[in-house]
Amino acid sequence: MRNETNSQAFRAGFHDGIPIGLGYFAVAFALGVAARDAGMTPFQGFLASILCNASAGEYAGFTVIAARSGYPGMALITLVANARYLLMSTAMSQRLDPEMKKIHRFGMAMYITDEIFAIEIARPGYLHPFYTYGAAAIASPMWGAGTALGILAGNLMPVRIVSALSVALFGMFLAVIIPPARKDRVILVLVLVCFAASWICEKLPLTGSLSQGNRVILLTVILSAAAALLFPHPAEEEASEAAS
Amino acid sequence: MQDNVYVYILIMAAVSYAIRALPVTLIRGRIRSPFLQSFLYYVPYVTLSVMTFPAIIQATQTPLSGALALAAGILAALAGASLFQVASLCCIIVLLSEFLLLH
Repeated sequence: MRNETNSQAFRAGFHDGIPIGLGYFAVAFALGVAARDAGMTPFQGFLASILCNASAGEYAGFTVIAARSGYPGMALITLVANARYLLMSTAMSQRLDPEMKKIHRFGMAMYITDEIFAIEIARPGYLHPFYTYGAAAIASPMWGAGTALGILAGNLMPVRIVSALSVALFGMFLAVIIPPARKDRVILVLVLVCFAASWICEKLPLTGSLSQGNRVILLTVILSAAAALLFPHPAEEEASEAAS
Repeated sequence: MQDNVYVYILIMAAVSYAIRALPVTLIRGRIRSPFLQSFLYYVPYVTLSVMTFPAIIQATQTPLSGALALAAGILAALAGASLFQVASLCCIIVLLSEFLLLH
């Protein structure tokens, strides 16, 4: 890693970022459909996506915008929906050269996403900031452009296509939660309990009257705290799983 | 009165960035509280699960096509399919099943 120049690292990152960008483009298109439902313009969608680089977080945010649920609600739901990045950022702090310029910590933090984090962690040694920038240089604009195009073309597309694309994000969420559930039985049970609790809360009159965003926050805090109390998760495993 | 979309976007961007930047710039050692560690570990799975169901069966034209996409997505993810593959498969399942169901 020491003998890799900034431009070499940037090009390597850009190369590895191309498939990520293509995947992002398709998924962002579906996110654009959600943004369109929230009444956002293509520019607003593009802006939100290149600034946030978050799938679940943006989707949750767009539901807040759709309902105009208020600024504090937006801050809270963004925090909850993106909480996993706290873990990734923590894991990343263990993989940085202590002598690296501190400015790069601020730069690299912008692009802690599930996919970019995964390709970074897969490289040996200290993380190279320019590898991150290279991957971000292709992946982030594709993410933003896909969102804008989803808002634009969502209007022109047949209901059937919109209906099909609307499940892309849920498919992506499944791809994040299911593989760990196979390895860890606690997560498997937790996922099933979450599905059931979410469904029940929507049907019950008291919780059903809450907005979807508020229900997500309520359920996340209660169920995660219950799981943490019943099944404490040691830090060593946590770090290695965040890295896998 | 809180209806400025740009303010919503800025809040979303600022919070998203703070979450990513604070640990990597501030935390030198490990978080000590086992409860907090465990809580943070479970949060992403709970949030994503709660957002996925029952929303996935309500997003489609018929609940059945959404349920089929859910089942197919879970099976594909179990089989080791990538994020992009799982997302694509769910879309294709909805497209095909609605073509058959609504005709």
